[in-house]
Amino acid sequence: MSNRIDVKKTYKLFINGAFPRTESGRTYEVKNAKGIFIANPCLASRKDLRDAVVAARAAHHGWNKATAYNKGQILYRLAEMLEGRRAQFVDEIVTVTGVSKAKAEIEVTDSVDRLVWYAGWADKISSLSGALNPVAGPYYNFTIPESMGVIAAIAPETPSLLGFIDSIAPIIVGGNTVVVLASTKAPLSAMSFAEVIATSDLPAGVINILTGRKDEITPWMASHMDIDGLDISGLSSKKHAEVKSTGAQNLKRIYSFKSDEPGRILAFMENKTVWHPIGL
Amino acid sequence: MEEKLSFEYAPAPESRALVTIKPKYGHFIGGKFVAGSKHFPTINPATEEVLSQISLAAKADVDAAVKAARKAYTTTWSKMSGKERGKYLFRIARIMQERSREFAVLETLDNGKPIRESRDVDVPLAAAHFFYHAGWADKLEYAGLGTTPKAHGVAGQIIPWNFPLLMLAWKVAPALAAGNTVVLKPAETTSLTALLFAEVCQQAELPAGVVNIVTGDGSTGALIVNHPGIDKIAFTGSTEVGKIIARAVAPTKKSVTLELGGKAANIIFDDAAIDESVEGIVNGIFFNQGHVCCAGSRLILQESIADEVIEKLKNRMAKIRVGDPMDKNTDLGAINSKEQLLKIGELSAAGDSEGAQRWSAPCDLPGKGFWFAPTIFTGVTQAHRIAREEIFGPVLSVLTFRTPQEAIDKANNTPFGLSAGIWSEKGAKVLWASQQLRAGVIWANTFNKFDPASPFGGYKESGWGREGGRHGLSAYLKGVSHE
Repeated sequence: MSNRIDVKKTYKLFINGAFPRTESGRTYEVKNAKGIFIANPCLASRKDLRDAVVAARAAHHGWNKATAYNKGQILYRLAEMLEGRRAQFVDEIVTVTGVSKAKAEIEVTDSVDRLVWYAGWADKISSLSGALNPVAGPYYNFTIPESMGVIAAIAPETPSLLGFIDSIAPIIVGGNTVVVLASTKAPLSAMSFAEVIATSDLPAGVINILTGRKDEITPWMASHMDIDGLDISGLSSKKHAEVKSTGAQNLKRIYSFKSDEPGRILAFMENKTVWHPIGL
Repeated sequence: MEEKLSFEYAPAPESRALVTIKPKYGHFIGGKFVAGSKHFPTINPATEEVLSQISLAAKADVDAAVKAARKAYTTTWSKMSGKERGKYLFRIARIMQERSREFAVLETLDNGKPIRESRDVDVPLAAAHFFYHAGWADKLEYAGLGTTPKAHGVAGQIIPWNFPLLMLAWKVAPALAAGNTVVLKPAETTSLTALLFAEVCQQAELPAGVVNIVTGDGSTGALIVNHPGIDKIAFTGSTEVGKIIARAVAPTKKSVTLELGGKAANIIFDDAAIDESVEGIVNGIFFNQGHVCCAGSRLILQESIADEVIEKLKNRMAKIRVGDPMDKNTDLGAINSKEQLLKIGELSAAGDSEGAQRWSAPCDLPGKGFWFAPTIFTGVTQAHRIAREEIFGPVLSVLTFRTPQEAIDKANNTPFGLSAGIWSEKGAKVLWASQQLRAGVIWANTFNKFDPASPFGGYKESGWGREGGRHGLSAYLKGVSHE
C-alpha cells in the first residue's frame, strides 16, 4: 500500500450544465452505514431551486424541439457513459450504503439498462399514445403527446442510483426538463451522475440536480409557479396531501409511481389535438 | 347615390309547444324523481320569465344519490357485461335523437342560447357523445390501459351552464361506458335539460341508480366533491373553483379531471384568407355569446393586415343578429344570468379604464332579459385585465404582432392553455405554429369545432385530463400506474 493521500471529490450541485456550490453556503454531512464521515454535499436552498427552475425553463424550448431520434441517442449516450464508469458508481454505493459489492453491481447494471430502455421510448411514445381521430366532418384531426414543460422530482432515498434514474429518464424522454432533488442520505450517486450528464451532449439545463433536505425543498417545489409537474415518488406518502394541496395554486400535475411503464412518461406529457379543414 | 343594401328578416320563432315544463322539480335518485325540500327559481334569461322551481339538494339528498349510485354499481352495473352496458348507451343516444327538438327548445329557453345553436350543435353532439362511447363499453381492454382496466366506481360530476346538455353528455357517456355509476349536478341556472335527460334514462330502462341527478348551487357541488362515497370527481367550470376542488381532494384517493377556463389566442397571419378569418374570429368569440371556455377571446393580428381585418370584422359584427334566442335567425342570444352580465360589464369597464378602445356593434337590445352587444377592444396590451382574465362573454380583445415568434410569445403569455386558433394559407407555418402553441386544442383555419372522437382539454391552469376520444375515456378507468 502506498502512503499516497487520495484526492477527494467536492460534491456540488448541478445547475444549467455547471457545478455551482449552493448559494446559501450550507452543507451537511453524509456518513456511511457505520457512521463514518464521507462527504459534505450542498444543502440546497430555495434560491438554488429557483435558479435551477430558470435554467430548466430556458432549456425546455430547445430540448422539446430536439428530434425524438436525437433525444433517444442522448439518453443512450447517458447509458454508455454510465457503463464506462461502473466501478466509480459501485464504489460510491458500497461506501455510502454499506451494501455488498455484488448488490451494488446489480444496481448499476439495472441503471444502465433502465436508461437504454427509456432511450428506446423517445421515438415510440407518440405513436403509442397519439391518435388520428375520425371526426364527423371534413377535418383532419390528430392528437399527439407533447412535453409538459418543467417538472420537479423528488428521488427516492433508496436505491440511490436506480431511483434517481427513474426520477429523471421518463421525464426528459418526453421532452421535459427536470429539477431533481437527490436522495438525502445517499446523494453521491446522483452527484456523480451529473458527470455522466456533462459528457453526454445533453443540453445544459435539461437535468438540474439539487442535494438537500426534502422537508425544506419540497414545499418550494410545490408552490413554485413555473413548475408544471411534480414527481413525488421519493416523498413519504404522509406528505402527499400537503404537497398536492399546495401545488393546486397553479394546478401542477402531481404523481407518484410504483413501477416503470410507458405511463410514467405519459404522466408528464400533455395531449394536443389539432384540427384542420380538408377541402379544395 | 349609392343605395344602402339591407337584409330584413321576418321573425321565425321556434314553437315551444313541444316542451312541457313542470312547475316544480325534484331530484332523480335511484331511478325515480324524488321531491326536494328547498327550491329556487330557474328563469329564461331572455325574458326573465320564471320557468320552474328547482330543488336545492342538501346533504341528505346527496347522500341518497351516492348511496343509490353505489348500490347500482355494486349490484348491477359492475356485474353487467360491457356489451350490455353499451346497448343502454346506444338506446340513450337514439332517444336523445328522437327527442332532439324538445331538448333544443328546452335548452334555449333555460340557457338563452340561440335555437340554431342548441338545435344544430348542442343536442346532436350530445347524442353523438353517447353513440360514440356506447361502442367503447365492450372494448375497454383495447383502450391502451392494460388488459383489465377497471372502473373507479361512483363518479361525482359537476357541470357548467354554458352547454348544459352537451356537458352532461361529455361527463355521463364515458363514465357509464367505462362501467362507473354517476351522481351529476347540473349548473344552478340550467337544470332543465338534465332533468329531461333523467326521463330519457327511464325510457331507456337504464337500471335504477346508474345515473342520479341532484340539482342545486355551489353548496351542492361541494357536498359532492367532499363526499367520502365518491371515487372520481369530474368538473367543468372556472379555474378558481377547479383549484378549490384540487385542494379539497388532495388528502383523498379520489381521481380528478378538471376542464377549466381559457383565454385562447386566435392568431391571424398576413398570409391568411382574410374573409374566412373574419368568419373564424366571429365564430371564435361570438358562438354561444362567448360563454365558451375555449372561446377565441384574444385576437392576435399581424400588424400589416390589422386595419383591414378590424374594418371587415366591424362590418361583419354589425350584421350579427342579436335578440330572441327562439328565433331561428338569431345569431347571438341572451347572457345566461344577471350575475354573468355584471361580470362582463365589470371587465369591459376595466378595458375602458385601462386605456383600450371599445367598439360595440350597433344593435337594438331587448328591454327585458340579460343582453350584451358584440364588442371588441382594440389597443389592448398584454397587461390589460381584458387580455388576461376570462370574460366569458361576447367581448374580444385585439392585440397585434410583427413577427411569427412575437405572435407565439403573446399567445402563450397566459396561465391558461386550453385552445388556440391559427389562420394562414401556408401549411408549414400552420404546423409550426401548432407545435409552438401551449394549448390542448389547436384549431387551424377553423375554430370551435367539437367531436366525441376528438380529445378536448387544456395545458397549464386550464385543467387536468381530456374529454373525448380514447384519451378522455381513460379518465374513467383505473389502469395507469400513477396516483
